[in-house]
Amino acid sequence: MGEFKVHRVRFFDYMPSAIRAMAFNHRTERLAVARSDGAVEIFNFTDSYYQEKVIPGRDGRAVEALCWVGQRLFSAGLNGEITEYDLENLRPQYIVEAYGGPIWTISCNSQGTHLAVGCEDGTVKLFEILKEKIQFQRNLDRQKSRIISLCWHPSGAQIAAGMMDMIKIFDTETGRATHRLLVERGVGTSKTREVVVWSVAFLSDNTIVSGDSAGKVQIWDGSMGTLVRTHLVTKWDVLALSVSQDESSLIAGTSEGTVVQFQFLSSTVDRQDPEWVRTRTFKSHSHDVRALVLTDTAVVSGGMDTQLSVRPLLDKVEKNTQEAAQRKIAFPHRNLVSCAKKAGLLLFQFPDHLELWRLGESDGNGKPGDSLPLKRKPEKLLQLKRKGEDHICCSAVSPCGGWLVYSTVSSVRLYKLQYSNNSVSITKVSKLPRELQSVHQLCFSADSSRLFAASSQSSVVVVALNQLECKYLQTLRHKSGSRQPVHLLFPSEDGRWLATANTDCQIHVYNLQKMKLHCAVPVHSSCPTAIAIHPTSSRLVSVHADQQIFEFSLLQQEYTEWSRKLQKQGLHSVWLKRDTPVTSVGFSPRNPTHILLNDTFMFCIIDQSLPLPESRTLLLNQTVLRSLPGPERARQSHAFKICKNFQNVLSVALLDDLSLAVVERPLLDVMAQLPAPVRQKKFAT
Amino acid sequence: MAALYEGYTLCGLVPDQNLSSSGIQGIEEERDSDHVVVTDSARSVTLYKVSDQKLLGSWTVKQGQTLTCSAVFNPQTKEYVAVSDNKVIRIWKEEDVLLDKAFKATVSSDIWMIHCVHGGEPVVLFKRGAVRLLDSLLAAPQQTIEEVLAQEENIRWSTNIVAERQQFVIFTTEQKGDHFLYLQRLNPNTLQRYRLEREEPGVSPLSFSTSYRDKHIHLLYLYPNGHVYQSVVSVQGLAAEEGAQALPLPRNLLLGLPVGDGLLEAASAMVLDEAHVAVVGVPHPSAGAGKDFLCIWNTNFQTLQAGKEMAGKIYGQLWSYSNKVFIPHGKTLSVIPFECPKSSLASALGKLRQAKTEESKAPAFVPSWNNILHGEKAQPSRTVETRKTRTTRKTQSTPSLTIDQVLELIKTAPIEEVQKEVEGLLARADLQDLQPSVGQLASTLVSRSLADPAFYAPSTLSQLVHTRYLCHSVCPDLVLLALEKKDYFLCQLCLQFFPDIPEAVTCACLKTFISMPDVDAEKASLEPDSVSFMETLISRERGQVGLQNGFSSTSCEEDGSNDVSGHQTRTQAKKKAAPPELICPVGLHKAVLLNEVLLTAYSETFLLPHLKDLSSQHVVLFLQYLKFLYLKYSQDDSLHMPGCRSPSLAQVMDWVCLMLDAHFTVLVMTPEAKGLLLSLHNFVKSQVRLVSELGKIEVSLQELKKTKVKKDVGQYSIEVIELF
Repeated sequence: MGEFKVHRVRFFDYMPSAIRAMAFNHRTERLAVARSDGAVEIFNFTDSYYQEKVIPGRDGRAVEALCWVGQRLFSAGLNGEITEYDLENLRPQYIVEAYGGPIWTISCNSQGTHLAVGCEDGTVKLFEILKEKIQFQRNLDRQKSRIISLCWHPSGAQIAAGMMDMIKIFDTETGRATHRLLVERGVGTSKTREVVVWSVAFLSDNTIVSGDSAGKVQIWDGSMGTLVRTHLVTKWDVLALSVSQDESSLIAGTSEGTVVQFQFLSSTVDRQDPEWVRTRTFKSHSHDVRALVLTDTAVVSGGMDTQLSVRPLLDKVEKNTQEAAQRKIAFPHRNLVSCAKKAGLLLFQFPDHLELWRLGESDGNGKPGDSLPLKRKPEKLLQLKRKGEDHICCSAVSPCGGWLVYSTVSSVRLYKLQYSNNSVSITKVSKLPRELQSVHQLCFSADSSRLFAASSQSSVVVVALNQLECKYLQTLRHKSGSRQPVHLLFPSEDGRWLATANTDCQIHVYNLQKMKLHCAVPVHSSCPTAIAIHPTSSRLVSVHADQQIFEFSLLQQEYTEWSRKLQKQGLHSVWLKRDTPVTSVGFSPRNPTHILLNDTFMFCIIDQSLPLPESRTLLLNQTVLRSLPGPERARQSHAFKICKNFQNVLSVALLDDLSLAVVERPLLDVMAQLPAPVRQKKFAT
Repeated sequence: MAALYEGYTLCGLVPDQNLSSSGIQGIEEERDSDHVVVTDSARSVTLYKVSDQKLLGSWTVKQGQTLTCSAVFNPQTKEYVAVSDNKVIRIWKEEDVLLDKAFKATVSSDIWMIHCVHGGEPVVLFKRGAVRLLDSLLAAPQQTIEEVLAQEENIRWSTNIVAERQQFVIFTTEQKGDHFLYLQRLNPNTLQRYRLEREEPGVSPLSFSTSYRDKHIHLLYLYPNGHVYQSVVSVQGLAAEEGAQALPLPRNLLLGLPVGDGLLEAASAMVLDEAHVAVVGVPHPSAGAGKDFLCIWNTNFQTLQAGKEMAGKIYGQLWSYSNKVFIPHGKTLSVIPFECPKSSLASALGKLRQAKTEESKAPAFVPSWNNILHGEKAQPSRTVETRKTRTTRKTQSTPSLTIDQVLELIKTAPIEEVQKEVEGLLARADLQDLQPSVGQLASTLVSRSLADPAFYAPSTLSQLVHTRYLCHSVCPDLVLLALEKKDYFLCQLCLQFFPDIPEAVTCACLKTFISMPDVDAEKASLEPDSVSFMETLISRERGQVGLQNGFSSTSCEEDGSNDVSGHQTRTQAKKKAAPPELICPVGLHKAVLLNEVLLTAYSETFLLPHLKDLSSQHVVLFLQYLKFLYLKYSQDDSLHMPGCRSPSLAQVMDWVCLMLDAHFTVLVMTPEAKGLLLSLHNFVKSQVRLVSELGKIEVSLQELKKTKVKKDVGQYSIEVIELF
């Protein structure tokens, strides 16, 4: 079937940043995750936890808390600013200074009319939420110490605020503090250190739950201001709390990486007085759990170890199904690697710089399974630091390797690269057309003569490139009315087509010769995660977050025979059970029936000429096939040829010399760069 | 295990406003251990009867005067002695109502303390270090008192003991951060000065405590960092050279108490007996800080034996008279009785083992054969109901006796009465409470039995063993007594329940068991579980080699035939007649007892020399029995039932090796042992073969592991993969 030379690349030192805060929108089932570099990511929980949107961070913008108000997303950070995000253009919409020093927390009342922020100077500030903006309304009584955590009572009449050594309850009408709940300090040395109430929750029955730096989860009676129960959960800090919507369950995240669940249960069957009982402990993380969400079915947690963990509660989901499996999202669902296929270059995108590498070379061939001797080592040609404070949101290198482009939320920069022997010279293209603004996806055409940039309102800006000139040609738009950002762009090899996909799950195909919309692919309910157009037969292959694969003929404007067959027979259950999305689709010039796909844990070639796997056949049959003699092998093989040699794959690209460039980022390497976790007493240490 | 019992309040306290001191200056023993004299830090002396918590008398000095040292009672003259305003000695009797009218004498120098111990005369210690007997001082009150201590040297603590009919005053001083110990002997007077080693700078001892034993004075002192040191001073070797340089006092660290963080402030450690120390004001290692505990530590094993939380502030004061601790805390002075039985490592650790065996025991509500065969007293029931019913039955018949009464009774009473009372006691009390006294009961019973050959209470002893609070070191003569009395059931129980039987005793048991006639053994009634195990083992030999899941294992016999000739015919012949080596060479009960020996823990080095005492025919018999077990086991794996007390194959093999090691030369010379040795040689061969096969497997498994090892992929490589 096929031998491949594989460039196995592990020198992309991609380091995800720690998860700082999370907010879950129960209506739309979107999870917003803020990372310590200021980036905000939106995951769609109805669509296989697909990472729909990424709003890049900015130096000095540390998001400390996130809050959904309806469909609007607000954040607040230690720079003292409240930010509302523009989720269509993936950028902050406006920023309001709260004038209270660093902001530790933000919380919205259940009516969605007011935001409260807790500031370093000891004030709780109320902002009125208006259309398109927020407006400062007033301060609650100023306190002596900083406000670390806030929670509104569901009625909106009271706010509980966690501070140093105490919790205060404010009446939102009068702004007066009505109760002061003193939180006991830890024992031992920590007795002299003030205790930080990292998180509070205010339940509708006036119960207040607090998590603090002494490792306690405490249940208070908010109407009387008395302590009801103390649960010592950890020796370290309880950093986050989250209560389920029906208030029957709550979870607490600790510095040890554990999440502890409490449930509101009667202690015995016939008793009628339920109390908060500690029930389960989950250990999904190696480091601090900084952010938590308890959805109806799952514990979602994130923290210092950068991974987002979704652990379904087994009493809420059906056992032994796909939704009962724990998921850990360690890598972004978009491509951070761009490959110059002709030149054999790889461009790595970091938040603050780009790296351009030339792949190594080897001579001779080897048997399958061999490592070939290197004739030339891979070489870092270029390290380009970004300008300005905004982080890089997308980048691309042209297939010929002659152009390099990157974009931040504020600007686009295009460079011309020239190679002479061992040196690279880089020239910035100074005058860019002003249409190149607010770009969230970039790519070059196969012949490197065009630059495509996905811009606001799902439009695509086409720019022509030639020697030191850069000319705006056209803005391609569709008429579906969707304003969602384009997250995938694919120009066909022959230069005829450009396919775009947006987070409304729409795929549009433009005819580049006529510079207008050619067709729209029927919308599938799940978001496309990778699209590609076959170089010769003009068929568009799309893979979606729910792992479905479609093939659409652009000429006939209908699904192809193979695609119908695949849909009729259904995909193999093992294929559907994978929990990372396919992030790239490619085609092999050697064999037009081959489609190359990859996700984080596998690399796959679909041979359309072979029969599809039956539901009872083994999907991962490569090792079986290897051991079989030729004719038998042909009889047993099926269309899905899955190779699991490579793990934690960030990108797979087929170069023009038919070798593969596989970029791996082993999780162990990521872990090794994390700070040491809190010390835990192990036996005999 | 030492135990602290429920305490009671003796009196209330009037502590300082800032709670820095308890308001008690001292507590001294009065005429007997049940009377104490409490001196408060202001003006009054109070006499209490402790067990009744009753105030018997109280005396107060006039307003404006203060008592400066605690009052003592002189049992010889039945007088109380106290000092007011440092210089005025006051002496009165119990009948005196007003202190002011009592005898007074003013001396010329400040008094630090008056000490009086039973068996000694009252001694006056002056603040400057001089010591006088009270009588000689009163003879001439205004005599000049010399200065013993240097400038800026002050007494910190003092005590008085009588040792070897000599009276000693011991006191410690501090001078510019250095601490000294003075040992003043009276009649003839000698003074010895020692220098205490320095702990961390700026840290001085919090409390001292002395005890006298084995002609040495043991000084125990506690530092704020939780270190408890002990220094030992010989009484006899007291050098007469006076005024010489202070000798350095060697010390050893007895305990390192957990202090949490920071240093101790008010704490005190006091010797209770040679192995126990009472400590107050030191945090309990498993309770959080901020709680004050009275703890008893075992210094031999460094284990915490008992702890009791004390409410209120602890002042670091502690007194102890005859098994009672007096401790002021909060606003009360509490009396807490304690008990420190002789400690042994086994009893300290034994709890673990007991907990483990507990699981394998049938639950209490299942009727046990034990109860039926040996009467219910053999196994004290743990369920509450039965205890209650028995208690009521007992209380109806006879008034109940306390432990002390029972102990007295054991020494004299006839056997039936002793049995009845001990059983009654065991049935009445909660076993947990009884734990310290079970050892006392047993050792008293044993010593009575040893002294009086007619006296022997087998059922009572077995009942005591069954409580599982006994161990060999608590009652070392029990096993040997049982052997002597041929009480094999008790022997079996001891072997089962004692975690610490010495190898010599194990070997003595083995010797007795192997040499006793089978008739004797069959008479003994043994533990039914182990008997039934042996029964099944032996019955299988007769009723064919059982078919298991339709498979009859004969591999072992084939193995056995390989040795001598290896002829097929012989094997077949063997199969027909029951093979001789599959007949148990000893009787049922004897085998049961031998199994108990096999099951005991031992260490080879200690066991080997004792094994050599066995005679050669006993060795041969024992080896035959071991061989029988080995063959049975290698034939049928199902013999091992979990929870059933049966020797494991490994234990059997170990004993075979031990016996051979101990007696090999003798056995080689013994003609009747030849066949046995040959077949044992065969075992070894088969074991060697097994091991070499395992070795081969190990190699191939290792190969498998090697192939699994992932190549270390560096930062970059070019590989070739193939997809099919």
